[in-house]
Amino acid sequence: MDVQTHRGNLIMNTATMAYRNLLKTFHNPDRFMDVIIQPIMFMLMFGYLFGGAIAGNVKNYLPTIVPGILIQTMLSAASGSGSQIREDLDSGVFDRFKSLPMAHIAPLAGQLFADILRLLIATVTSLATGYVMGWRPTAGFGWVIVSGLLAIFIGWSLSWVFALVGLLAKNATTVESFSMITMMTLSFLSNAFIPIKTLSKTMQVIAYMNPITYVITAIRQILSTGSWTHEAVLVLIFGIGIVVVFAPLTVWAYNRNN
Amino acid sequence: MEVINAIEVNHLTKKFGNKIAVDNVSFNVKQGEVFGLLGPNGAGKTTILRMMTTLLKADRGSVKIFSHDTVKEGRLARSMFGLTGQYASVDEDISARENLMIFSRLNGLSRSASKQRTQELLSEFSLVDSADKPLKDFSGGMRRRLDLAVSLISSPALVFLDEPTTGLDPRTRMQMWDTIRKLVTQGSTIILTTQYLDEADQLADRIAVIDHGKLIKIGTPEKLKQQIGGTKLNFTIGQVSQIDPAAKIMTDQLGDSIHFNGQQVHASLKHTSQLTPLLVALQQAGISISNLTIQEPSLDDVFMNLTVGKN
Ligand SMILES: Nc1ncnc2c1ncn2[C@@H]1O[C@H](COP(=O)(O)OP(=O)(O)OP(=O)(O)O)[C@@H](O)[C@H]1O
Ligand SMILES: [Mg+2]
Repeated sequence: MDVQTHRGNLIMNTATMAYRNLLKTFHNPDRFMDVIIQPIMFMLMFGYLFGGAIAGNVKNYLPTIVPGILIQTMLSAASGSGSQIREDLDSGVFDRFKSLPMAHIAPLAGQLFADILRLLIATVTSLATGYVMGWRPTAGFGWVIVSGLLAIFIGWSLSWVFALVGLLAKNATTVESFSMITMMTLSFLSNAFIPIKTLSKTMQVIAYMNPITYVITAIRQILSTGSWTHEAVLVLIFGIGIVVVFAPLTVWAYNRNN
Repeated sequence: MEVINAIEVNHLTKKFGNKIAVDNVSFNVKQGEVFGLLGPNGAGKTTILRMMTTLLKADRGSVKIFSHDTVKEGRLARSMFGLTGQYASVDEDISARENLMIFSRLNGLSRSASKQRTQELLSEFSLVDSADKPLKDFSGGMRRRLDLAVSLISSPALVFLDEPTTGLDPRTRMQMWDTIRKLVTQGSTIILTTQYLDEADQLADRIAVIDHGKLIKIGTPEKLKQQIGGTKLNFTIGQVSQIDPAAKIMTDQLGDSIHFNGQQVHASLKHTSQLTPLLVALQQAGISISNLTIQEPSLDDVFMNLTVGKN
C-alpha cells in the first residue's frame, strides 16, 4: 500500500475515533462531569462561598477565580484522557481496533484530538459561567479568546502527560486516583483561588514551585492588561516543551503495549 | 480444482512465563469449511485464536490467511477476516447503531455505505427495535448478536468466533447456530472455538481437540465419535422370551457392539440415524421396550478417550 492511502486512512480513522470519543463523553455522565458540571459547580461554590471573605464581594473575586477555575478545569479535563485510554485498553473494544485493517495509531490520535474538543467545551463553560456571575474582563473579547486558547493549549500538553500515565498504569482506578491527587495538589497549592501574598512563607515557596501558578498568572495578566506578556510567552514555551518531550514518550509507550 | 486454504497454521507456540499455553499447533482450514477448536477451560483456544487474528505475537510458528503472512502482511491479512472475541468487544457507552456506524467507518466504508450497511445488519440481526438504546440495557444474547454483526461489516471471507454461545440460554443458542449456518451457506469460512462437543458436532465440518495447549486430535465429528464408541443406547426388554429375537434384530442392524444383562440391553450407535430403523424393527417384531435412554458422548468421554495412554 502506498504512503498516500495510509495517510488518508490515518486522518479518516483518527476523525472516526475522535467522534467515538465525543459520543462516549456525551452518553456518559461521568465523562461529562469533568468538562461541564465541575467548572459550573466550582465557579458557583467558590465564588459565592469565598468571594466575600477574600475580595470583599463576589464581583471583585471573579477576576481571580475565573482564570483559576479555568486552569483547574483544564487539569481535570486533561487528566480524563489518561483514564479513558486505560479503560479502552482494558476493554474488549481495543482488541477489535487491533484486528481491523486501520491505522495503528488512530485510537491514541483520536483520543488526543477529542481532548482538544473536550478542553474547548470546558473552557467555554468556565468562562460563560463567570460571565453569568458578573465577570467582565477589562481586556475585551479578543483577549478572552487568546487566554482561552492558551489555556486549551496548556491543557492539551498535559493530556499527553496523563495519556502516558494511562498507558503505563495497571488499571483505570489507579489512573483516576493519580489524576485526582495531581489535579487537587496542583490546583489548590497554587494561586488559583487566593492571592499568593495571603499565604504563609512555606506555602508561598510551594506555590511558586508549582508551574500551574505561572499559567494562572499569565492568563490573569492577559485578561487584565489586554497584552501578550512576558509570562504568557514563558508559559507557551513551557507547554511546547511538554509536548515535545511527552508526545514521543506517549507514542513509544503506546507502541510498546500494542 | 485446486483447494484454497483459508488459513494455514504452522508450529504455533506461545509461552506465558514458564507456562506453555500453546504447544506446536499446526493445521490448515480449507475455504468454505467450518472448523471447530474444541477444548476445556484453559486449553489454549483463545490464545490460538488471538495469534491467528494478529492480536498476540507468537513465540514461534506462522499463520497465513489466504496465503498472506499475518506478521509480514498484517494489514492485508486483517482486511480478510472478522473476529468475534470471547468477551464482548463493542462499546458499552454508545448505542448499537453508533457501534455499527463507527466500526463501518473504521473498516473503510464511506459515510453513506456505512449507513446502509448498519441498517442491513441491524435488521439481519433483529436489532432494529433496540438500535438506539444504550447497550447497558441489552441482554447477553443481543450483545452477542451485535458483536457478531460488527465482525461481519466487511462481509469477510473468514470469520473467527471465540465461544459464540457460551452464556446463552438454549433458545438464543439455537438462534446463534442458525445465524452461523446462514453464514456458511453464504460461503464464509468459519473458525470457532467451543467447550461443547454437541456444538462442534452441530456446526463443524472438522474438529481439532485441544488440551493443555496441544492439538491432540483432528478429524470429522463422526470420526471422533467413532473413536470413543459413539452414542450409547440403553433399554429394557419387556419379556424374557423376547430377548433372543431382539438380539437377532440388533446384531443385524448394529453389529456386535451389544451387551445383554438379563432383560437390560446396552448398545452403542455409530450414528444416531441408526436409532429409528432399529426401533421400528423392534416394534414390527412385537417386542416391547421400556426405560429407553440415549447418551451422547460427552466432552469428558472424548478427553478420557483421547488422552488415555498418552501420559
Ligand atoms: N495474557 C496471559 N498471561 C498469562 N497467562 C495467560 C494469558 N492468557 C492466557 N494465559 C494462560 O494460557 C492458558 C490458555 O488460556 P486460553 O485463554 O487460551 O484458554 P481457553 O482455551 O480459551 O480457555 P477458556 O475456555 O476458559 O476460554 C491458560 O492457562 C491461561 O491461564
Ligand atoms: Mg477462551
